Amino acid sequence: MDDRRLLTGMHFMNGDEACAEGALAAGCSFFGGYPITPSTEIAEHLARRLPEIGGVFIQMEDELASMAAILGASAAGARAMTATSGPGFSLMLENLGLAVMQELPCVIVDVQRGSPSTGLPTMPGQSDVMQARWGSHGDYEIVAYSPWSVQEMFDLTILAFNTADRYRTPVVMLCDEVVGHMIERLVIPPHEQVEIWNRKKPKVQGNGSFDPFRAQDPDLVPPMAHAGEGYRVHFTGLTHDEHGYPEMSAETHHALVTRLVNKIKVNADQIIRTEDYWLEGAEIVVVAYGCSARSAQRAVREAREMGIPAGLLRLISLWPFPERLFEELSEKVGTIIVAEMNLGQISREVQRVTRRPVTGVFHAGGEMIPPEPILNAIREAAT
Amino acid sequence: MRVFARTPLDISQITIARGQVYLIPERCKGCEVCVHFCPQDVLSISDERNAKGYRIPMVKDGNAGLCVHCGFCTLVCPEFAIFTLPINGDQDG
Amino acid sequence: MIGIEIAQEHPLDKIIRADRMPHIWCPGCGIGIVMRCYAQAILDSGVPIDQHVVVSGIGCSGRVAGYMNIDSYHTTHGRAIPFAVGMKLVKPELMTTVFSGDGDLTAIGGNHLIHAARRNVDVNVICVNNFNYGMTGGQVGPTTPRGARGTTAPYGNPELPFNLPYLLAASGANFVARWTTLHVRQIRDDILYAFTRPGFTFIEVLAPCPVGFGKSNKIEDGLEEMELYRQRCKLVQDGDVRKDDLSIDLREDKPIYIGRFADQDRPPYQPVKVEVR
Repeated sequence: MDDRRLLTGMHFMNGDEACAEGALAAGCSFFGGYPITPSTEIAEHLARRLPEIGGVFIQMEDELASMAAILGASAAGARAMTATSGPGFSLMLENLGLAVMQELPCVIVDVQRGSPSTGLPTMPGQSDVMQARWGSHGDYEIVAYSPWSVQEMFDLTILAFNTADRYRTPVVMLCDEVVGHMIERLVIPPHEQVEIWNRKKPKVQGNGSFDPFRAQDPDLVPPMAHAGEGYRVHFTGLTHDEHGYPEMSAETHHALVTRLVNKIKVNADQIIRTEDYWLEGAEIVVVAYGCSARSAQRAVREAREMGIPAGLLRLISLWPFPERLFEELSEKVGTIIVAEMNLGQISREVQRVTRRPVTGVFHAGGEMIPPEPILNAIREAAT
Repeated sequence: MRVFARTPLDISQITIARGQVYLIPERCKGCEVCVHFCPQDVLSISDERNAKGYRIPMVKDGNAGLCVHCGFCTLVCPEFAIFTLPINGDQDG
Repeated sequence: MIGIEIAQEHPLDKIIRADRMPHIWCPGCGIGIVMRCYAQAILDSGVPIDQHVVVSGIGCSGRVAGYMNIDSYHTTHGRAIPFAVGMKLVKPELMTTVFSGDGDLTAIGGNHLIHAARRNVDVNVICVNNFNYGMTGGQVGPTTPRGARGTTAPYGNPELPFNLPYLLAASGANFVARWTTLHVRQIRDDILYAFTRPGFTFIEVLAPCPVGFGKSNKIEDGLEEMELYRQRCKLVQDGDVRKDDLSIDLREDKPIYIGRFADQDRPPYQPVKVEVR
């Protein structure tokens, strides 16, 4: 790997820039984006760094074009990324569906801000969670990660590229403005410690008989042929058969959409990432992610110091939702508190899976949830 | 046989291209563009219909020799149905 | 002397997906003609077939991608051009052609069209202009002539249409041409020329749409519209036509100007590369 790609060593940089460095470490060679606060630093950083390493940076005319451009780049074989915030993510949703349907790996970084609409451009939010899951039309599954530190902005971006390539799926980085703009220590590892999972390639040579959408393996991921490799593939957003030809019948549609959904579901255990603190013997569990998890961690620690058996479950991947984990958790704990910077999005999933009421510590966005309301909720649950 | 007012001196070296018209009947959609725009008036629409019910073109009686493989029908057919291939040049005179 | 001979395959069958023939376009539709010229140009280009890529949008013209036996990408409505730009910038050796229709490229895709022309990315665009949204049943679009009827303009189109050669030349495209489906040799020649031209090239081809457009506008079939082209088309000799004359109004007996409208050498877009000491 090019020396200039991987800046091995200790750094002190902001989350957005760490995300950009993570992309480069992962092998990203194409960024097509549009400026939007609070993600602009990612674009600016890559505008400086990508030309240094022979990659392509292009500022497209809008987010619609950005999403289309990264899909074209991906179809030609590149690891491609874009970065945006809520309003831009809304514009990208149609082509997110195209990425799902054509199984084009890509990474979309959404540095969330106060929403809906123009909202609070320079202040944090966590309210695009459901949008990442359901925003595009139709049935589909998505992979989304939520970093809570500058280091994770780096590490999870690499994971995002790897997951995208391994499962031929778009992956959303659901960051927030706090983590995007905070400045913390970042350790960039040496080359041999950076793991890259490549796309599955066809085993046969191009001779017209290759089926680009036939998934023969248990992971339901078809091998990927890129433009210019001689496979003469046809990729369409229409419902298609295994050869890629449009085949508009209810039977084919059901089979295709089911496979696309199951492709993530059967691999969920490999994709899901969580972290827990003080969960041993906990009767009250706080569930949080992103910057809210930092406050939750403080609240839970203080609760423990008060003798309350509280624990923290931090979600690192938000989608696919860790259903089994919550089913098991639900058996063991008395109260589940969800602290998030929205009016209840992950809490709905928790409620759905555990089938019991969930206490919410919600805020529509604009400022990090401080530890106090979370601690109060824990104390109230403890009485 | 062509009739000349004055016979050109190099008449034996001039070959006028000749073409054979081919058709894939099942692809034809009876648009009649080939018939209408053939500069040599070689074609007409027949009464024969393909499986989808479209009337397909035919060579007009006696006009087969007029096709000069100009390639227009080949280029203009939207269906990739009709085309000409050259047959050995026929010396005139 | 023998009559027509029945054939099983067509000389171009290796470059089209013959297993999907006959295609879905209506009798008299001009899209097949443009596709045929494009296919011929690919074979004549000297560039290996595996290096050619076609990207299309949504609409009848967009279906061309599904019938070309090359790497083909049928993307979302209006977004074929940025998709192609991403692809071309990552793999510059690909000969990237966007093949789509007037609604896809100039309405929803309008912004991407002018920006790609402005940047002068090395992408070739073939725009089949049949003056309406054909696939969805004949709605009016940005190229529908004033006064023409469409399903969303039952009293006649109240809007003025785009003047595409003018728009593209003004946006900075290196090569702009307009032909009709009657001018098959010129279309093929200009597509070939566009392949060799660095920078953004745009070829507009006026095409009949008997079911979507012709039916509402008293043009009986594709043949009649082609005959209309034959009578009304006027070749522009040096590309210098008053912009007002470039717009098409089928009601009046105005000439339809065709030919090459721009052929210039603006530098094509190159991604930035820097040397780091």
